Amino acid sequence: MMQDLTTSSAPVFRAEGLTRVYRMGEVTIHALRGVDLSLTAGEMLVMLGASGSGKSTLLNILGGLDRPTSGHLYYHQRDLAAASDRELTAFRRDHVGFVFQFYNMIPSLTALENVAIVTDIADNPMPPDEALALVGLADRRDHFPSQLSGGEQQRVAIARAIAKQPAVLMCDEPTGALDSATGVRVLEVIDRINRELKTTTLIITHNQALGQMADRLIRLKDGQVDEDHANPDRRAPAEIEW
Amino acid sequence: MLTLHRKLWRDLAGMKGQVAAIAVVIAAGVMTLMIAVSSLDSIRLSKERFYASAEFADLFVSLTRAPDHLQASLAAIPGVARAETRVVAPLRLAVDGDERPIRGLMISLPDGQQPLLNRLSLVSGRLPDPGRADEVVVSAPFAEAHGLEPGDRFRAIIRGREQALVLSGTALSPEFVYQVAPGDLLPDYERFSVVWMNRRALANAFAMDGAFNSALFSLQRDAVAESVIDAIDQVLARYGGLGAHDRHDVISHRMLSEEIAQLRVTAVVLPALFLGVSAFLLSVLMGRIVATQRQQIAVIKAFGYHDHELALHYALLTLLMVAIGVALGGGLGWWASDAMARLYADYFRFPETVTQVQPRVIGLGLLVSLLAAGLGTWRAVVAAVRLAPAEAMRPPPPPVFRSGWLDRSRLGRWLAQTTRIALRNLLRHRLKSGLTALGMGLSGALLLLGSYQFGAVSHAIDLQYRLVMTMDTHVQFTDPTPLRVREELASLPGVLAIETYRQAPVRLSHGRRHERAALLGLEPDGPLRGLVDRHEQPIRLPEEGLFMTRFLADQLGLRVGDRVGVELLDGDQRELQLALAGVFDEPFGVSAYMAREALNTLLREGPTVSGAWLLTDPEQRDALQRRLWEAPRVAGIGLIGAGEDGISDYLEDTVLSLMAILLLLAGSIAFALVYNNARIAFAERMRELATLRVLGFGRWQVAWVLIAEVVVLTLLSLPLAFAFGTLFAWLLSLAFSMDMLRVPFHVTPFSYAFAAAGVILAASLSVLMIARRLYRLDMVSSLKSVE
Repeated sequence: MMQDLTTSSAPVFRAEGLTRVYRMGEVTIHALRGVDLSLTAGEMLVMLGASGSGKSTLLNILGGLDRPTSGHLYYHQRDLAAASDRELTAFRRDHVGFVFQFYNMIPSLTALENVAIVTDIADNPMPPDEALALVGLADRRDHFPSQLSGGEQQRVAIARAIAKQPAVLMCDEPTGALDSATGVRVLEVIDRINRELKTTTLIITHNQALGQMADRLIRLKDGQVDEDHANPDRRAPAEIEW
Repeated sequence: MLTLHRKLWRDLAGMKGQVAAIAVVIAAGVMTLMIAVSSLDSIRLSKERFYASAEFADLFVSLTRAPDHLQASLAAIPGVARAETRVVAPLRLAVDGDERPIRGLMISLPDGQQPLLNRLSLVSGRLPDPGRADEVVVSAPFAEAHGLEPGDRFRAIIRGREQALVLSGTALSPEFVYQVAPGDLLPDYERFSVVWMNRRALANAFAMDGAFNSALFSLQRDAVAESVIDAIDQVLARYGGLGAHDRHDVISHRMLSEEIAQLRVTAVVLPALFLGVSAFLLSVLMGRIVATQRQQIAVIKAFGYHDHELALHYALLTLLMVAIGVALGGGLGWWASDAMARLYADYFRFPETVTQVQPRVIGLGLLVSLLAAGLGTWRAVVAAVRLAPAEAMRPPPPPVFRSGWLDRSRLGRWLAQTTRIALRNLLRHRLKSGLTALGMGLSGALLLLGSYQFGAVSHAIDLQYRLVMTMDTHVQFTDPTPLRVREELASLPGVLAIETYRQAPVRLSHGRRHERAALLGLEPDGPLRGLVDRHEQPIRLPEEGLFMTRFLADQLGLRVGDRVGVELLDGDQRELQLALAGVFDEPFGVSAYMAREALNTLLREGPTVSGAWLLTDPEQRDALQRRLWEAPRVAGIGLIGAGEDGISDYLEDTVLSLMAILLLLAGSIAFALVYNNARIAFAERMRELATLRVLGFGRWQVAWVLIAEVVVLTLLSLPLAFAFGTLFAWLLSLAFSMDMLRVPFHVTPFSYAFAAAGVILAASLSVLMIARRLYRLDMVSSLKSVE
């Protein structure tokens, strides 16, 4: 089974010609200009790119937070580009875990409750306590976000993302707001989740070094895939030269 | 969904200030509704219960004198269920230790028994013993005012003869729920009493043996009152009948009906204004509170929560906030309406005052508040969930600003950078700014309304006693008396000025409308009784022609020049047609006027008067009272100054207490609104303000961005407050035109200043409270967090 997941070439995601056009205030932005991409089950994918390269947009579309302006995005056999709001919501609820750059804790809920808010609606979640223990924060369960450091908040966010045992974990600059030591701790958690739970993981970052912990590396430039290659020499975050 | 519910409670706890402010807004609306509706219900139900249990008569008639055997003919009139005859007579009373005059009305009881109609509700003691000629029951409020108890004695002048009476009991009567002396507007329990005596003794004292001068009737269910009245009038025509009438012309019933009518208006107009304003504010506030949670909504959506789950979450939030407000308003309203019912109980004496809070009232308040809050929440939630979560999670794109007139104008260049930020914010969010200014304006308008009510009522009292009733003593004669009595009165000690008048009861009719009124014959140049025109200027009564108060003319649908049917109820009961020569504008009462000589001519009599008004020397008032007490023709002596005090007290107790509560509520609404607004603006701008601080702006400069907004909004709201307040005041003055008091539409500069001061004070307080938060603003954390 494990063998199947890691080596299977059947893609979890298959994107064809994705474009996305925004209007930000009075400016029109072409965030994606035809992206073709596929993600394999269990894969750890790191997506690099400068600010404005379209990587967050792509992650949002892959995660069902947003829809492409044109193109197709197949999750297994389903075209998410044509999915209704309701279907996208169900997709996120059942299959995707998110980790955001700014943690996005609900300030009025404790660490445990911030996890529970997701497990409440998941089909087959792990107990919130267990998820917190996985990220090493079992003793901080009753703290409010305002009582946690940035790294701790991000680890709660990871616990929140994995507690529902999602098929895909989407991490948007998970260490962007953290110092490097804390960043490594957070990445170790993500790495462990990927290895132990076989969760297909997508990390976007503009930190080149993160590429070393990936199975595969993609570089985005001006809304298009500029580079896409496998990394045969995947390392644990602690071994990476920062 | 458990965790989402927990967020609900935490959010509520976290927004304590705002929740409290919103609760106040809702509570104000609900409380107004409750006070008005439960005062109304209380009086209405107490009245209905008393009328039913005491068998309050349907028809009434006074006459000169008719033999007892006529009762059978009266009872036999088709449609009459019961008929009861009685003897009614005026008297004067004196209670030991109180030298001032007391007027009384004596009513006979079947010897030792309850009457069939208008039964007494005994408060203490018992009815007079059948055989006793000196035992009487007096009205309970009079006994209370003088500390009289069963067994106590007091003196009375009955037909000029002094007689000692013994109190056997105290009672309340449905005929005197509002116990007011003839010709007065307000109850004066010290100076007027109803006295019930055995029929035989009373008839004896007034030479009415075997006869009656008053009769009561109850009607059969399907009887037509008009035809019964006609039949009664026919039977009594030969006996000096003054025309039968229904409850409408019983002063107590009329006052009660008026109060109920007025409360009915209050129960609609005031809560409608308050609930309307608070509904509007609530909708705006809820909308903005939800809008500040836009990013949280996006995150929760990203987790896979459905829109309807989020909608439910915010619906519950709204429901809880509204529930807190309704509970607060309900509690305070219950307390206040109980207090109001007690106040009314001092003026309307019922054996039991029914106080009950109708669940439907609270339900209505809840419904209106929920709808309003729901609307605001709904708009904001829909706007928030409509955004794709990815978009909502980003800080909103920089709002579109354009350089406008402000930047091109000289003023714009002169303004500080921070002021420009504030002004651009306001201009950009025109709708939001407009709604906020409108909300502040409306709360200011409520302040204006409250203050107008205070001002208008005291203005009316001032007008009445400065220009209309400038006398201090009123002397009524037992019978019409030759004019030369004026010289006798003038010779009494301490009389500084005197004005005599003739008064005749009439029935005025115009088309199908008719009203009973007193036709007052005044001396055209009388020094004491003034008349005023619509500009509140004194005017002289012309020698010829019929005049009336504008209110009465309006009631009858009359215009100057129209012909009025005038039926003289006294004497020969002729019916005349007279032209209405003009109207006067008095704030109190309903009267018709003509020159005294003209009235004498109309009545086919010589120079005759019914009473006199006196202006007296306070030093010699006691001596004067003693001389008047001894005068046999004097039926009653009234003190006018006491009337003014009474009116002021009454209005302060009832109308103005209500208004004081409303004023407080309006003030709280103004504060709640401005505070909440500034608080939300602060939340919305925290990052921007922190950025300014980082860039090196001082605390005060940064605070100014918010303060300047509040200042501009306040300035914008004031004209709105004035406009809406004036409109509300006008509506209320229309709604409050009653027999007893017409609230003039007279908004004083003070009221405008008061409303403005209220809004400015609320704004300043809010700014101070926000300034505290600004002072503690943590630059770094507010920049880092997206929340």
